[in-house]
Amino acid sequence: MFGRLTLHDLIPHDMIVGGAVAGMVLGGLLVAGLITYFKKWPYLWKEWLTTVDHKKIGIMYVVVAMIMLLRGFADAIMLRTHQAMALAEPGIENPESVGYLTPDHFNQIYSAHGMIMIIFVAMPFLSGLMNLIVPLQIGARDVAFPLLNAVSFWLTSAGAALVMVSLAIGEFSTAGWSGYPPLTDSEFSPGVGVDYWVWAFQVSGAGTLMTGINFIATIMKMRAPGMNFMKMPLFTWNALFTSVIIIFAFPVLTIALALTSLDRYVDTHFYTNDGGGNMMMFINLFWIWGHPEVYIVILPAFGIFSEVVANFSRKKLFGYTSLVWATAAIAFLSFTVWLHHFFTMGAGPSVNAFFGIATMLIGIPTGVKIFNWLFTMYKGRVEFTVPMLWTIGFLIAFVIGGTTGILLSVPPANYVIHNSVFLVAHFHNMLIPGALFGLLAGYSYWFPKAFGFRLHEGLGKAAFWCWFIGFFVAFMPLYKLGTMGMPRRLQHYTDPAWEPYLMIAAIGTGIIALGTFFLIAQLAYSIRKREELADETGDPWDGRTLEWSTSSPPPVYNFARIPHIHNLDAWIDMKDRGVAWKKPDRYHDIVMPRNTPVGLFAGGIAFVLCFALTWHIWWLVVASLLGIAALVVIRSFDEHTTFTITAAEIEKVETDHLRKAQAALAARNKG
Amino acid sequence: MASILTNVLKPDAPVYADEHDHDHADVSAFGFWLYIVSDLVLFSALFATYAVLSESFAGGPTGAEMIDLDLIFVSTMLLLFSSLSFGLSLLAMHAGQAKTVLTGLVITFLLGGGFIALEAYEFHHLIVHGAGPTVSAYWSAFFGLVGTHGAHVSAGLVWIAVMVVQVLRKGLNPAVRSRLVRLGMFWHFLDVVWIFVFSIVYLLGAL
Repeated sequence: MFGRLTLHDLIPHDMIVGGAVAGMVLGGLLVAGLITYFKKWPYLWKEWLTTVDHKKIGIMYVVVAMIMLLRGFADAIMLRTHQAMALAEPGIENPESVGYLTPDHFNQIYSAHGMIMIIFVAMPFLSGLMNLIVPLQIGARDVAFPLLNAVSFWLTSAGAALVMVSLAIGEFSTAGWSGYPPLTDSEFSPGVGVDYWVWAFQVSGAGTLMTGINFIATIMKMRAPGMNFMKMPLFTWNALFTSVIIIFAFPVLTIALALTSLDRYVDTHFYTNDGGGNMMMFINLFWIWGHPEVYIVILPAFGIFSEVVANFSRKKLFGYTSLVWATAAIAFLSFTVWLHHFFTMGAGPSVNAFFGIATMLIGIPTGVKIFNWLFTMYKGRVEFTVPMLWTIGFLIAFVIGGTTGILLSVPPANYVIHNSVFLVAHFHNMLIPGALFGLLAGYSYWFPKAFGFRLHEGLGKAAFWCWFIGFFVAFMPLYKLGTMGMPRRLQHYTDPAWEPYLMIAAIGTGIIALGTFFLIAQLAYSIRKREELADETGDPWDGRTLEWSTSSPPPVYNFARIPHIHNLDAWIDMKDRGVAWKKPDRYHDIVMPRNTPVGLFAGGIAFVLCFALTWHIWWLVVASLLGIAALVVIRSFDEHTTFTITAAEIEKVETDHLRKAQAALAARNKG
Repeated sequence: MASILTNVLKPDAPVYADEHDHDHADVSAFGFWLYIVSDLVLFSALFATYAVLSESFAGGPTGAEMIDLDLIFVSTMLLLFSSLSFGLSLLAMHAGQAKTVLTGLVITFLLGGGFIALEAYEFHHLIVHGAGPTVSAYWSAFFGLVGTHGAHVSAGLVWIAVMVVQVLRKGLNPAVRSRLVRLGMFWHFLDVVWIFVFSIVYLLGAL
């Protein structure tokens, strides 16, 4: 009846896991209780759970990313503190008893940490910001396929929920986030951990693929008139290239993982030791997705840096055209370097040389971008706001990470430091500044747009400095340890010389924890002080691009009249011409997509499907598949998918907004 | 500065665009092309897998020993002619002839159904004669690639069935027409993929 699932699996076997599960369940009950107490379920259902509004979906994505960031970071703290205590003196009887994590638990934690940070923090965070901003930047009323967008979000959430459930019911994979065979074969990983990993990956990957399709269609087809390609803001360009990489890369991941699950479920021989299987094929397929994935998470952040740096240098972006072409070059080259993840496979000198050179080449367009940002700041009136601090911090840290990347791209050097913590330091050095700093810059830059009030500057700066300093303290020791020969993913070690560096790294993690605390404090404090931090103009930073021309938060239809675009900095252009904050000659009725629970149901059924597959509950697998098919078919018969907002209603909303904005502008100009 | 220049050059540039609805059928078709691109990448990963494992028989039967080209010729013809009948159905749609559209869809369904029936027979035959997907990496890759194509065709059959009902109930309204166009893209795309399956898996495999 319940496949492999027994009551035994519901009981945590470990104090730490038990505590985490208890906290998760209690927290969930508390939130549900509060919602019930304040009678907010109807509001939640109407305004959020069934929404197809790109702005709300964007906000929900960022909420998921933030929650998962806390989970992934809790994993990081455990890994670092455990390793700091994990020196096993030579000759000790039970070396794996050092520290406080058992080997099996330690393996689950680093697997979950990697997967969560990439798939459930970086991905939903960037999807969220793309959702929130891209339609506003191009003067569109929504994305091309609003319902598909909701489905994407709920599929991603289903994946995140699956990873969280694995903590309580059963176990997570111990095979690393990249899940190499033969360790993932049922012979060596008979439990449910690898299955949780596969299905969480697959379901969120499906969501991401749909996001990619949606955003290419949106950007190609929905731009306001006059906005030709070379008048598109850089963030939109980066969203476009990210989406292009997504639709070319994610299907390969689907196959790589599908073949893993076939090997596990029906005993095929794609990656097995016997029967002619080829495990290097998985590693190739995985990184044919995996390297482009690095650029999927980094390009949106590059777009954010471009917006922020121009805005807070009060200058036109330096070398707009070269930035666009550099992005295109990165998108193309991202598909030509995957083999550098396994030079030690031994493909031979010519193959390794090709991929080594390709890897070095990708540093060129990236360098072009760095200089573009620097020259944008040069002779600008740089304002050191929180988004700008994240950007400058990124520039400094990212160049160091890039340099170590060039070192790793040299195959002979790579043979020496491959799979050491030098590599761990390198990719954290790319992804923390390159992706996370960018996403946090975007978070503080666009927060006023989403909610109508700013985030507190002082707490934001405190968060930045803790993250920035903590990052160096946590990861510079790992470079050193890598050159001392320390491999990654060690539950214990016997070399006392490593211990001090691991302690310093743990301290660095503590500083980052403080930064994370400040992020939470900033959000809580800003919500309390939202009246003081309010912005009625919709344009708190004196912005350049079209998203700042709407009210904050923007109305559901975004633009009462679609603006005609004449300039790359469309909003500056409108302000210069004196047409900003002006009432148009007339308003029209606007047709918008109607709310629907289809997206929520799709995510819910997908979650049940993946859970049933993980635990081999076959009747439930069949039922959920039929459920998804039925959902699609029933929806296709629904003809009432839109509603109309009348010109009169729009006039009321707009007049109100313009009145408040004019008052706020007058006050701002006086002050 | 540049924006001021623009204003001097174009003092009466319009502020607002005329309200224009993006033609949503066009956007949907474009989105569906993007889906087909991604599906093409999916199939290319499977083709690459098949190529890598094409000699990995692990002592089991080879493709040449097991493949029955006569059967595959028949199923190929069924699929190709189903594309023809679908094409005719779409022509009828543009002419506004709902009845002919239905006839075309039903014929397409029957031909596609015949293709799937033959594939099921072939798979059954291979498995009972010792060439199932668990026998060797070669047969894993064979079933993985051919089976994925078959799963797509089966999904297409469900879609055709749904569209028959929609044409009957709603007639050829814009939403139905837009879906028929996309179904057509999907169906012809599967035909193209099959040409590659036929050439690479069956013709080369039978050598």
